[in-house]
Amino acid sequence: MVKKFIERFYVGLILFFLYAPIIILIILSFNSSKSRSKWGGFTLHWYKELFKNQSIMNALYTTLIIAFLSALIATIIGTAAAIAINSMKKTPRTIMIAITNIPMLNADIVTGISLMLLFVAMRYTLGFTSVLISHITFNIPYVILSVMPKLKQLNPHTFEAALDLGASPVYAFFKVILPDIFPGVLTGFFLAFTMSLDDFVITHFTKGPEINTLSTKIYTEVRKGIKPEIYALSTLMFIAVLLLLVLINRRNADKREPIKKV
Amino acid sequence: MKIRNVLNTITPKTPSQKNGAGSLGIRNTKWLSFPYILWMVGFIIIPLIVILYYGLTTNDKLLTLDNIKSILDPINLRSLRLALELSFVSTVICLLLAYPLAMILNKSKMKSNSFIVMIIILPMWMNFLLRTIAWQNILERTGIINTVLKFFNLPMLNIINTPSAIILGMVYNFLPFMVLPIYNVLIKIDKDIINAARDLGANSIQTFLKIILPLSLPGVISGITMVFVPSLTTFVISNILGGSKIVLIGNVIEQQFRIGNWHAGSGLSLVLMIFILISMAILSKYDKEGEGGSIW
Repeated sequence: MVKKFIERFYVGLILFFLYAPIIILIILSFNSSKSRSKWGGFTLHWYKELFKNQSIMNALYTTLIIAFLSALIATIIGTAAAIAINSMKKTPRTIMIAITNIPMLNADIVTGISLMLLFVAMRYTLGFTSVLISHITFNIPYVILSVMPKLKQLNPHTFEAALDLGASPVYAFFKVILPDIFPGVLTGFFLAFTMSLDDFVITHFTKGPEINTLSTKIYTEVRKGIKPEIYALSTLMFIAVLLLLVLINRRNADKREPIKKV
Repeated sequence: MKIRNVLNTITPKTPSQKNGAGSLGIRNTKWLSFPYILWMVGFIIIPLIVILYYGLTTNDKLLTLDNIKSILDPINLRSLRLALELSFVSTVICLLLAYPLAMILNKSKMKSNSFIVMIIILPMWMNFLLRTIAWQNILERTGIINTVLKFFNLPMLNIINTPSAIILGMVYNFLPFMVLPIYNVLIKIDKDIINAARDLGANSIQTFLKIILPLSLPGVISGITMVFVPSLTTFVISNILGGSKIVLIGNVIEQQFRIGNWHAGSGLSLVLMIFILISMAILSKYDKEGEGGSIW
């Protein structure tokens, strides 16, 4: 009993540690004082201001579109690559996996700098596309590592059976393989989206002067003080994702019941 | 459990079946990796060669080792040593916090793997710069901790702009990367092995030391690399929580690029990469399956 209590307490403590700054940011979004360190009373003012602030809305738009496009492209390239890697022989497979691990294990600062130097050496103007390419690059490994375990659980005979029954390989892929690996594909997409959204360092080095994501916009404001509208925006984004996850989880829980009985 | 094990033996693992699927697979699927191979060469391998080129040349395209030797400059050397110390301490703290947490999560009845992963990844939806700035609020002279201490008439804590604040920021930001790999390895350990050990008379400490710890080592190693490398190379956390006085190697490199000194910055990045390569080499030694699966 005591042990159980200590365990719960410990998990609670770590979750508090992880979520304390988030609670503070949510509180700050309702603070009528512009200063970060003073409480001036409750207000919804910043939520109204937020939608009028064109530069924040632009940064939000850029962030979301880069996160979405990079996650989507990374999911397509990564899932295809995972299928190919899964059927490779041991040596090429080990090499592919090792190279896949490079952007995950390498320091963000080195990845960012190396990509920036590449773009500059190619005389490619830094801007939206260079950021998008960089985000796809660091997102693909997350997709591959999410899809690979699902592929390993796959029974190869179902695919063969589909082919024997006259399905074309493409049709068999969409009807047989994809539904089985879809949870992994979805996890990969979600992870990639999150990583892109949260990235600062690589964007910092590969963006041009004329575009800003939320991260880089916040970084320029660190010294002079963050605009309270940003707290309001991050609160809205956080709550939106939280609700989405609760919904997905509840739906999955509903689904799981009948399967267990079979 | 037993039924699962039996199923495992008849599903894909046997070599003949795998070969059958493989040969069919290779004919049909090899081309699927071409876009990825092109992408890797173009945006992972070539950029690393470019950084090598910049690190080993001068502005006049002459070969030189001066950029790399600039690490021996006392200021740079001190920033590297400080970064190594701070990232070592935060890696150890992360490991000590994460291992018990992963064990408790593994034991919990809530076996929904994805839910636990979500809870730990969810904070990333608040921008990491903002979360780090929020720590300023907590640690400041007039911040939350000191307000509470003052209320109880306790002495004030001076944490902000010290190395401790940076360690705290590192632990806070990178703890998830230690928890997830360890948790992922722990859930894969076959409960029958643990039960067998207990049946054969091992107590819980022996079971932990002889069974669980060795089997979870791959997760621990990848956790260590996933925390150590970003801590070693950060410049943002030290910028926000360390004030301007504490300079880590990441700050030095960022500054070199900000003032346009690309060759020196690349040279120092190459030095950093030596440490990253060492971590990767250690990791690959423990990733016996060569699947990279232990990272996530």
